Amino acid sequence: MSSNKVLLRVEKLVKHFPIYQGIIVQRQVGAVHAVDGISFDIHQGETLGLVGESGCGKSTTGRTILQLPNYRPTAGSVEFGDLDLVHLKGEELRKTRRKMQMIFQDPYASLNPRMTVGEIIGEPLVIHNVARGKAVQERVENLLELVGLNPAFENRYPHEFSGGQRQRIGVARALALQPELIICDEPISALDVSIQAQVVNLLEDLQKQFNLTYLFIAHDLSMVRHISDRIAVMYLGVIVELTGRQELYDNPLHPYTKALLSAVPIPDPLVEEQRQRVILKGEIPSPVNPPSGCRFRTRCPIAESICAEERPEWREVGSSHFVACHLVKD
Amino acid sequence: MPNKLLSVQGLETHFQTREGTVHAVNGVSFSLDEGETVGLVGESGCGKSVTMLSMLRLIPSPPGKIVNGSAVFRGQDLLKMTDDEIRTVRGSQISMIFQDPMTSFNPVLTIERQVAEPLEIHLGMSKEQARDRVVELLELVNIPKAKERLNDYPHQFSGGMRQRVMIAMALACNPQILVADEPTTALDVTIQAQIVELIKRLRDELGMSIVWITHDLGIVAGLAQRVIVMYGGYFIEEASVKELYANPLHPYTMGLLGSLPRLDLDEKKRLTSIDGLPPVLMEKPGYCPFAPRCKFAVERCWNENPQLSEIAAEHRVACWVDPRTGRAR
Repeated sequence: MSSNKVLLRVEKLVKHFPIYQGIIVQRQVGAVHAVDGISFDIHQGETLGLVGESGCGKSTTGRTILQLPNYRPTAGSVEFGDLDLVHLKGEELRKTRRKMQMIFQDPYASLNPRMTVGEIIGEPLVIHNVARGKAVQERVENLLELVGLNPAFENRYPHEFSGGQRQRIGVARALALQPELIICDEPISALDVSIQAQVVNLLEDLQKQFNLTYLFIAHDLSMVRHISDRIAVMYLGVIVELTGRQELYDNPLHPYTKALLSAVPIPDPLVEEQRQRVILKGEIPSPVNPPSGCRFRTRCPIAESICAEERPEWREVGSSHFVACHLVKD
Repeated sequence: MPNKLLSVQGLETHFQTREGTVHAVNGVSFSLDEGETVGLVGESGCGKSVTMLSMLRLIPSPPGKIVNGSAVFRGQDLLKMTDDEIRTVRGSQISMIFQDPMTSFNPVLTIERQVAEPLEIHLGMSKEQARDRVVELLELVNIPKAKERLNDYPHQFSGGMRQRVMIAMALACNPQILVADEPTTALDVTIQAQIVELIKRLRDELGMSIVWITHDLGIVAGLAQRVIVMYGGYFIEEASVKELYANPLHPYTMGLLGSLPRLDLDEKKRLTSIDGLPPVLMEKPGYCPFAPRCKFAVERCWNENPQLSEIAAEHRVACWVDPRTGRAR
């Protein structure tokens, strides 16, 4: 269960990727506004879902939190426990990384095809000097068993496994160093429906067993609602709404959240018959040149003139219900 | 009684590979009424696309080979036609839209050329006539400023827009059957909703029949009148949409529905996953293809492959066991 202790605090996080032009003399001509000032907390033992469409900056958010190379934040702060990750460097950052791990989307691209499963899962243990020799092998076998794979598989190569099994290997690797926070970056999008449920159940079981904290990034709102305690909805680099899983469904406030909820198909023909869809016009604008004011205004069914002029403030409108929209009443 | 437009019987497709013969589709039969929408549902590699591609003779041969079956469309067997004959049907009376709008266009031809092609080939229009019709078609699928976009190339369109152009191209000759092969899988959910709404509207306006291939039981719920579930190259369940979701009778269908999280369910319920992996289709099993993953499997399931048989009105299942009671039928 989630506690009140804040494990991760993200404050006004900004990540811009510069765009250069010129062959000999390069100068910056613009920037991709991938993440543009987002704030949220994650409590110990909780799952925060981060949902949004492709290109909205949700994966960049995950990578920027972990301070991956090329993903150091442009501005803002990321506090993990009492550590300020943005200003950590070198050895200190490396040590902190033990406590934060990531599971990637593509189980075909995120495992080195030339390493055996044992080497893949054991590598973090060796790099961080946690175990050596026989102890590594024992730990690898434990981990394989933990994620539901046969420990005898440790000498096999990734190509011998199916997508779902590979994703289990990715989970085992992430667990190797007993992290506190795991960032799951679309861990099930590449898998078949019946396999998705296997991996989600595994993630839920492991969370209970080890009191893990998840940031679960996905575009599938039904799955996010299934696994998360709270949900943040992201659109074009900003979080537009953040609240509990129940409140988000019962009382969505932001027009984008409403549209997203209504666009998700429900596997029940009787429910589908009754549903009224909000069909958004147009498509997601380019993050190189995002709209002025509210990012969503170009597709918003209720936008007014103020939406083009001012950026809506990120504010709390109910208990733990945050929204960024001019037209939502307090 | 609606008219039967298409009737496929005993369709069987193999692929010859170095490792052996892949039994992709193993004798499937179905029919399609005028104006009807059928959802063909299954996971990757279950043979749902191959079924429809075989019917349209779009299977590359070799390695693919249609071993058996017939596909009667308006009194003629598509599988017995000559190449020239099938070409007059494909793209005009029966047309298809594909999953990936990024790779289904020719990148060096303008949008006008590509949408006009079926018009010129099948309807014998001149370039000028075709151009007017292309504009009409692009407007039909809600492409803004259609006239100005005629000379654009596919890369200048976004994913959702490309899928609209593909639909326009498929509708160019007023087809009676539209085969939609996962047309929204590569798209974001709000764009998916736009495309589904568009196809529904066009279906009602133009009165065509649709076969919608997908792995997503959610989309089919709001779209199809009848659903066929496919597994390991076989049809394993077929029912009207309401019957299937209210009363699934094949353990695989039940598992699939249970493994889908539902947005509208408030309590957190554990997903019922299906253990194990989908079958490798290298051999035609003498047993039920789902038996290795099935929790209801009894001895008979390992000895005999069940045939699709009618067990209630408009509801056919291929299973030896009644999963409601856990006993053999």
